[in-house]
Amino acid sequence: MLNKRSAYWLILPAVLVIGIFGAIPLLISLVYSFMSANPYGGVQAPMTFGAYVQMLYDQDFDGSLIFMPDYFWIAFRSLYLALATTILSLLVGFPVAWYIVCQSPTRRKILLTLVSLPFWINTLIRTYCWILILRDEGLANKLFGWLGFISHPLPLLYNQGSVLLGLVYTFLPFMVLPIYATLERLDPRLIEASYDLYANRYQLFRRVIWPLTKPGIAAGTVLVFAPALGSFLQPDLLGGGKQLLIGSLIEMQFTSSRNWPFGAALSMLVTFAVILSLAWQRWRSKRAARAQAA
Amino acid sequence: MPSEVLSDAPAAITTPTRSTAPARHLIEVVGVEKIFGDVATGHRALEAINVLIEEKEFFTLLGPSGCGKTTLLRMIAGFEHPTTGEIRLQGRDVASLPPRERPVNMVFQNYALFPHLTVSQNVAFGLEMLRWKKPDITARVQETLSLVKLSHFANRKPAQLSGGQQQRVALARALAPRPQVLLLDEPLSALDLKLRKEMQFELKRLQRETGITFILVTHDQEEALAMSDRIAVMNTGRVQQIGTPEEIYDHPTNRFVADFIGEANLIPGESLGRRSDAVIAIRPERIEIAGPGVTPRITGVVDNATFLGSDTLMEIIVPGIRLRARIRGAAKLPQGKEVGLVWETEAERELLD
Repeated sequence: MLNKRSAYWLILPAVLVIGIFGAIPLLISLVYSFMSANPYGGVQAPMTFGAYVQMLYDQDFDGSLIFMPDYFWIAFRSLYLALATTILSLLVGFPVAWYIVCQSPTRRKILLTLVSLPFWINTLIRTYCWILILRDEGLANKLFGWLGFISHPLPLLYNQGSVLLGLVYTFLPFMVLPIYATLERLDPRLIEASYDLYANRYQLFRRVIWPLTKPGIAAGTVLVFAPALGSFLQPDLLGGGKQLLIGSLIEMQFTSSRNWPFGAALSMLVTFAVILSLAWQRWRSKRAARAQAA
Repeated sequence: MPSEVLSDAPAAITTPTRSTAPARHLIEVVGVEKIFGDVATGHRALEAINVLIEEKEFFTLLGPSGCGKTTLLRMIAGFEHPTTGEIRLQGRDVASLPPRERPVNMVFQNYALFPHLTVSQNVAFGLEMLRWKKPDITARVQETLSLVKLSHFANRKPAQLSGGQQQRVALARALAPRPQVLLLDEPLSALDLKLRKEMQFELKRLQRETGITFILVTHDQEEALAMSDRIAVMNTGRVQQIGTPEEIYDHPTNRFVADFIGEANLIPGESLGRRSDAVIAIRPERIEIAGPGVTPRITGVVDNATFLGSDTLMEIIVPGIRLRARIRGAAKLPQGKEVGLVWETEAERELLD
């Protein structure tokens, strides 16, 4: 039998992994965000709140601060696009997961492989493929033209819609897989019991399937929302740089703009938003559990 | 063959007749056949099923696993649809109706309680789906929970209950809408022996108090004999015999029923000087050891004798067969001793298949 003290050593690997890959990088970012920019990249003394001030204020020549909402709108647009991505992924992903669960075991395996197949191809390449499909002489426009729907190519690329499409496409598997996992564990007799007790399809979904798959939906929501909020590949390539999002903005600070503290500060903002959404979800599920216990 | 005309049906009980068709029976299963998969090559789960069930009856579908009893029950519930034939409820053909349009509720094997709902929310589920008013639901839920003696557990989740309590919740949930028929799919199979006996009485009581027709599916013949008004014995997708427990036990109509219900010695006809194509069935408890001066019907050699308290179970080897006899009291007979066996003629059942 292990005593309590030596048992603590067993969690050391987990602590190391979380520390090296999670906590320490986050801590470095946090420290960097309070330092000054080195014009050649990197950071230097002195410590300052400058990076955070920069989010909302521009510094005039005389040193006075002028309110500048540009970055606020970028953050807002990012949040809104990440939310839209999450909702669309859920609307598309739930029926897909449901469809897979309804198949025979062999077909399930094939379909699940298909869902996770894109993971084997680099995201960058897959995003470029969308350009080939969506551009004026692309596959989609050619097809529409050939079918006689359009006479001039539709502007499918370089707008918010194409960015959203790219985001949903990239993160959809992260919604499908956790929902599939919870649906698979759902006892099919509960569905029969609902029908037996006079439920229609809508009531079955609302009263039985939805509540019982909530954990999977919650997991999928976080897995889609968090990376969508920090994404920069899809907005850059499919938005044509016109739709600057917070992910792209951060990327710029570490590359062309060489303003590491500002990039770090913006990263902190994203991290904070994700933590906030997680906390909100926890609070909601706890409240739901309390409401049911009462 | 199953007796298709139930002349012994309690004629006094008549269902409230509908204006369209005068329904004599609550449920009429007529010429039902079920083939899973392709009609030509698929698995024939049920064949030529004809069953009539009366109002307020405790009816049991009894048979070994794979005999089609559960398929028949699920058809009455609406989860399966017959390939051919009709299922009539109060004279109305419901064979193609979905479960939610039938005044029939089911207690599932392993209960299928909603894990995210409390006991009272589970029981209220059907009433809410039927859009009852809140106060009516509350009243009915309380009433039904006290019927199954679970009032104190109204706010528990199913996972916080024992198997027996979960069973009661499943019963309450299915009884709350007061269906015309309650279907029970092996409801007691997950319970231990003591609890099972208790629940047998409990189910009988519930059926009496609610006046609802119960249709039970079980493979346990003792359970069927103890609880049922009538039993349909099924095997290989066919009804073998329908009758009261006494009829089925005392007058089995074929080898399968004689063998499946209780214990039976099946003696080839020629051993007793009868028709060679007949088989004579005799219950072990009807066989006695021939006393001095009594001409035995058959003689054999004692193989072993097991004292069981109230009686002794003996195995006797007669040329070609091994007979089992339950002799009252302690019958200490050594192995290898030759004994004569007697029984009353009315204990014999001549079976032709």
